[in-house]
Amino acid sequence: MIQAPNSQIKLHDLRPGAPPVDPDAHPPVIEVDNLSLWYGEAAALKHITFPIREKLVTAFIGPSGCGKSTLLRCFNRMNDLIDDVRIEGRVCIHGHNLYGGDVDVIELRKRVGMVFQKSNPFPKSIFENIAYGLRLHGVRARSDLESIIEQSLRQAALWDEVKDRLHESALGLSGGQQQRLCIARSIAIKPEIILMDEPASALDPLATARIEDLILDLKRQFTIVIVTHNMQQAARISDYTAFFYLGELVEYDTTGKIFTNPSRKQTEDYVTGRFG
Amino acid sequence: MSTPSSAPRPFRRQEFDFWSFFFSGLTGLSTLFILLILAVILGNIFYHGWEGLSWNFVTSGTERDMFDLESAGVLPMIVGTSARVILMTILVVPVGVITAIYLTEYARSGSLATRFIRGAINNLAGVPSIVFGLFGLGFFIAFVGVGMDRILGYESAHWGKPALLWAAATLAVMTLPVVIVATEESLRAIAPGLREASLSMGATKLQTVAHIVLPQALPGILTGAILAISRAAGEVAPILFTGAAYYMATMPKSLSDQFMDLGYHVFVLSTQSPNIDQTRPLLYATVLVLLLLTFALNFVAILLRARLRRKLRAAH
Repeated sequence: MIQAPNSQIKLHDLRPGAPPVDPDAHPPVIEVDNLSLWYGEAAALKHITFPIREKLVTAFIGPSGCGKSTLLRCFNRMNDLIDDVRIEGRVCIHGHNLYGGDVDVIELRKRVGMVFQKSNPFPKSIFENIAYGLRLHGVRARSDLESIIEQSLRQAALWDEVKDRLHESALGLSGGQQQRLCIARSIAIKPEIILMDEPASALDPLATARIEDLILDLKRQFTIVIVTHNMQQAARISDYTAFFYLGELVEYDTTGKIFTNPSRKQTEDYVTGRFG
Repeated sequence: MSTPSSAPRPFRRQEFDFWSFFFSGLTGLSTLFILLILAVILGNIFYHGWEGLSWNFVTSGTERDMFDLESAGVLPMIVGTSARVILMTILVVPVGVITAIYLTEYARSGSLATRFIRGAINNLAGVPSIVFGLFGLGFFIAFVGVGMDRILGYESAHWGKPALLWAAATLAVMTLPVVIVATEESLRAIAPGLREASLSMGATKLQTVAHIVLPQALPGILTGAILAISRAAGEVAPILFTGAAYYMATMPKSLSDQFMDLGYHVFVLSTQSPNIDQTRPLLYATVLVLLLLTFALNFVAILLRARLRRKLRAAH
C-alpha cells in the first residue's frame, strides 16, 4: 500500500531550472508512523506511514474528505480542539512523539506554524496582528517588535505594500494581502515547520502566484507542508507529493515521479484528472 | 395573424389575489396596533406626568406629605432605584459573561452537563419574579445575611435583613439568563478561524479568550447588560422582601441599608393613598420619572456600546 520514497529516482523536475532534490541533504523532520484517526466511529486516517523532509515543500493531494487536512492538523495537534477524536500511532518531530503524553502543545505550536484556507487576520492593526504572537512568546520591547515585524513582512513580500499603514486595520487589506499577512504572522515566531491548509484556494490567479513564489522562497528556511486541491500548484511548488484517498496514503514520492510516472493506477487517474 | 400557441404567456396577474392582500394587511395592522398601544401608554404618561415634573419634585424627599404633589418629591427613590440597578449590573455582568464563556469556549457542546446547564438557564428565565423575591428573602437574607451576622459578630441584624445589596443580588439572579444568552450569541458569532489562528500561534485558551474573543464580544455583552437593565429597572416583586422600604427618613448610605424605590413607590401611591384625586398627578409624575430613569440608564449603556463598536471597527 505504502510506497517508500526511492532515493535513487532522479526528480523529473517540473520547474525548469530548479536543481534536482538530493534526499540525503534533507533528513526527515516529521515521521508519521502507522497513524490512524477516528472522528467518533468514522475512520478518517488509516495506518499512515511516511516521512516529511527538512526544508522541502511536501504537498498533500487527494479528493475532498480524503483526510489530508486532518493529517496536517495532526502535526500541530489542532485536532485536539475537536471533541470525540481518537488517535493511534505516532507522529514524531525530530524523533519526539507528539502523541506521547509529555508534549507541551504551546511549545509545539510555536515550532509548527499554520496558515489556514480562509485568511484569518485578527481584527486589529497590521502591526498588532504580528505583535500578538511575538508577545505570546515573550518579545516585549518595542524596538524588537518593530524589527521582527518588518523582517517578517519583508519575508512575506508584503512590506512595501503596507509599510505606510502598519497601524491601520488588517481587515482593510485585499484577500491576497491578508493571506500574506497570515504567513508573515506565522513566520514571525520563527517556527521550523509551516503547515498550509489550501492557502491560495480563495485567491485569484495573480495573488496565488505571489503566494507560490513566497512558498518557494520560504522553503530555504522552513519545512513546508501544503494541502492543495490544485494539481498544477502541487506540481509547481512541491518537492514531494503524497496522494491520499479515503483516509489512506495511496502513494508518496517525489513530485516529479507522482506527476509523470506514478506507481499506482489510482494516482495516475487522479493526477491526470480522470477522477476526483 | 398569430396562432394562440405562439402568443407569449402573460405574466401580469389577472385577478385580485385576496389571500396575499389579506396577509399583508394583517401583518401591517398588527404592527400598527402594537405601535398604537405604545403611543397611548407613553402619550398618556407624558401628557399627565409632564405638568407634575418640577425641579422641586426631583430634588426633594417625602418628609412631609407623601401623597401630595405640592410637598412630596422622588429624589430618594431615584437614588434607590439607580443604586440597585447599577449594583445589579456590576454583579450580573461578570457572572453571566463567565458562564457564557464556559458554555461556548470550554464546555463540550452537546454533552449531558452542557444541555443540563442550558436547560437550567432557560428555566431560570421562566420563573415568575415574585418567586425570585421569595428566593432572595430565603437565600440571601435568611441564609447568607444571617450567616454573615453570626460570623462577623453583629448582635442585632445587620446583614440579615432587607438591604440594597440583597435586592441587587436578587435582581442579578433574575437577569442572569438574559446576560448569558446575549453573551453566548455574540461569542458564537465570532469566526472560529480567529480562535484557531490564535491557538495555532501557541496561545493558551485563556490568552485566546482574553485577547481575541472577549474584545470582539464586548458589544454583545453590553447588549445583554442593556436588556438586563431594562428588565430590572421596573421590577418591583423581587425587591419587595429583599430591600425596598415603604418610607425612609434618610438616603441609603451603605449596602446594608434599605432604600426607597420608584417602582415600589408607584405601587404605594396607587394603593395606600387616602385621597386618590389628590395623589393622581403625583402618581403620573412618578411613573414618568421611572420611565425617564430607565431610558437614561439604557442610554448610557447604548452610548458605551456605540463607542466600543466604533473602536472595534477602527480595530487598533
